[in-house]
Amino acid sequence: MSALAADIADEGVKDAIVSVRDLQVQFQTSDRRATVKAVDGVDFDVRRGETFGIIGESGSGKTTIGRALVFLVKPSAGAILHNGVDPLALPRRQFQSHRRDYQIIFQDPNAALNPRMTILSSVLEPLELAREGDRAQRLRRAREAMDRVGLPQDVGDRYPHQLSGGQKQRVVIARALTLRPKLIVCDEVVAALDMSIRGDVLNLFAELQRDLGLTYVFITHDLAVVSHISERIAVMYLGRFVELGPTEQVSERPLHPYTQALLSAEPRPLPSSMRSGNRIVLQGEIPSPIDPPSGCRFRTRCQYAQALCAEQTPEWRELARDHWVACHFADRPSFSPN
Amino acid sequence: MAAERPVQRKTSADAASPRALMSVRGLGIRFKTSHGVWQATRKIDFDIAAGERVGIVGESGCGKTITGLSILRLLPNNLAGLDGSIMFDGVDLARCSTRAMRAIRGRRIAMIFQEPMSALDPVFTVGHQISETLRVHTNVSKEEARERTLDMLRRVGIASPERRIDDYPHQLSGGMRQRVMIAASLICGPQLLIADEPTTALDVTVQAQILELLRDLSETSNTALMLITHDLGVVAETCTRMITMYAGEVIEDAAVDDALVRPLHPYTSGLLRSLPHLSPRHGKLPSIPGRVPSIVDMPNGCRFKARCAHAVAGCEKEQELRDAGPGRRVRCWRFNELDLPGALQHAPSAPIAAMVGDP
Repeated sequence: MSALAADIADEGVKDAIVSVRDLQVQFQTSDRRATVKAVDGVDFDVRRGETFGIIGESGSGKTTIGRALVFLVKPSAGAILHNGVDPLALPRRQFQSHRRDYQIIFQDPNAALNPRMTILSSVLEPLELAREGDRAQRLRRAREAMDRVGLPQDVGDRYPHQLSGGQKQRVVIARALTLRPKLIVCDEVVAALDMSIRGDVLNLFAELQRDLGLTYVFITHDLAVVSHISERIAVMYLGRFVELGPTEQVSERPLHPYTQALLSAEPRPLPSSMRSGNRIVLQGEIPSPIDPPSGCRFRTRCQYAQALCAEQTPEWRELARDHWVACHFADRPSFSPN
Repeated sequence: MAAERPVQRKTSADAASPRALMSVRGLGIRFKTSHGVWQATRKIDFDIAAGERVGIVGESGCGKTITGLSILRLLPNNLAGLDGSIMFDGVDLARCSTRAMRAIRGRRIAMIFQEPMSALDPVFTVGHQISETLRVHTNVSKEEARERTLDMLRRVGIASPERRIDDYPHQLSGGMRQRVMIAASLICGPQLLIADEPTTALDVTVQAQILELLRDLSETSNTALMLITHDLGVVAETCTRMITMYAGEVIEDAAVDDALVRPLHPYTSGLLRSLPHLSPRHGKLPSIPGRVPSIVDMPNGCRFKARCAHAVAGCEKEQELRDAGPGRRVRCWRFNELDLPGALQHAPSAPIAAMVGDP
């Protein structure tokens, strides 16, 4: 594994807080007859201080990547380095204190909070488990974290059911902040919130990043959200990345036909005069990750698919600076419908 | 059947419009709870014309779902009262007999829901479930029912329907299940389809397929669509008119383009502005401060005033849904003096709008 660390250092991505190389995560089906390749060979680096967005439909493997990044699921193959270190190579004790720097927040705050614990004890819990300081110090840090996310102190004595959805999500964020993490994986963190609340919570994430120097991996199916908050976006389809690049480029000049279809399928709250008629409506749905199509995995739904696409897996190549794509034809000028 | 109608407000919109397929007037729903009676919605007024596609938008708890359910009188057991009237082709659905209601449900007004898997019965084939509606409401033979089911499956875009008709729900994908639900709801040729968040559980590429299907079917068969959703984008893509609800009331009713370009209610404007689509990237998203008032503690007068940047003395007075130009109504007495931003002002800088611009 140290060889890999050396490789990555050679590539000149020293500002990477997370480096992922050829990551694979596989699950057995319940009858153990088949293997689901949830993540099947993904490479990327997350740079310190950035927001790295991962977008994909259900079944694309985006949630599995998020969990693997904080080692809630173990990679089946490949490597995930935190700051150049392989956490799995650390002794158990050290691994536990190491992973405090890498937190994760989920979609549903109702499932994340124990209904029988007061808000303050929920926020205190990570500090207690980590045996940080004495009780007074822990209390102070919990209160600081609640203050940080804009929760009034009297909320601490209440129970989750007495709070609104937006407040509950703030509690979950406060709890993740108590251990002063370097990186937070945010898995669909605003999907369960109402429209008018969503903006507030996204603003909070941006503010925390500015003030605390946090790095985010922002996983979502919502294009508008991901392109608002991220510096770079990765588009995932059936266990692999199909495109990765700076937000402006991916959302305005997408190279992969799937990204193009995804962007054009997004319902836009615009008057009819401002909407263009040429929408790409994809046929069918995402195939099963148990038996993915050969070659390019998107070819079964791609309007440009040719014989080559079934025979050869497209290479992951950098077509423009920092803009990666896996498609045989992405560099053909006649190819793009835009 | 249209027996005594409850006391109604005296406004110009009072009389049921003769051209409307359905006219809802003064609809209110009350529930019994262990803490007393709660008023979930009140004073709901709107019309739906034949073949029209109307979006009902609002955040969770605003009463949009319960309004849809009350049209088919699919209401929970703790109902304390249903006020007002729902005139549908000369029948008041709020008052008619259970028997009359049953003849309308599924045949003339149909409904589909967010989760097709929980709406379909796992132990019957999809063909059985689609043709069931037909067999209950008409005297068709088994063969004819199967023929028409196959035809309907074809119309909702299911490939090789001869094979799929004998499948069970678990054998279908999420998008196909929703297509099956649409087939079942439309097989009797209803005049109105109520769709409650029909695409919320689906992926965005499948959502685009289903919305296109709903729009096409509504156009070709002149079926009116009442689309209940929290997603303003879905309404903009699918509907011609948009009714915005807040805290159990209708607060704005306008053509979709009018509402998006120049919303008249501060809440509609606030919702549009809070969407990340319409804000400069990485900028601070405008948000609506505060939260929806609790159902047990509704303020007097305008229910939005505590969160409204334009609230003044006078907003605590009872607000009526006023006429605000042709085909437009708004529940804000200041609408004439306010000039509120809509989707258009922000759109040119929006990333997605930029992408779909002129080639």
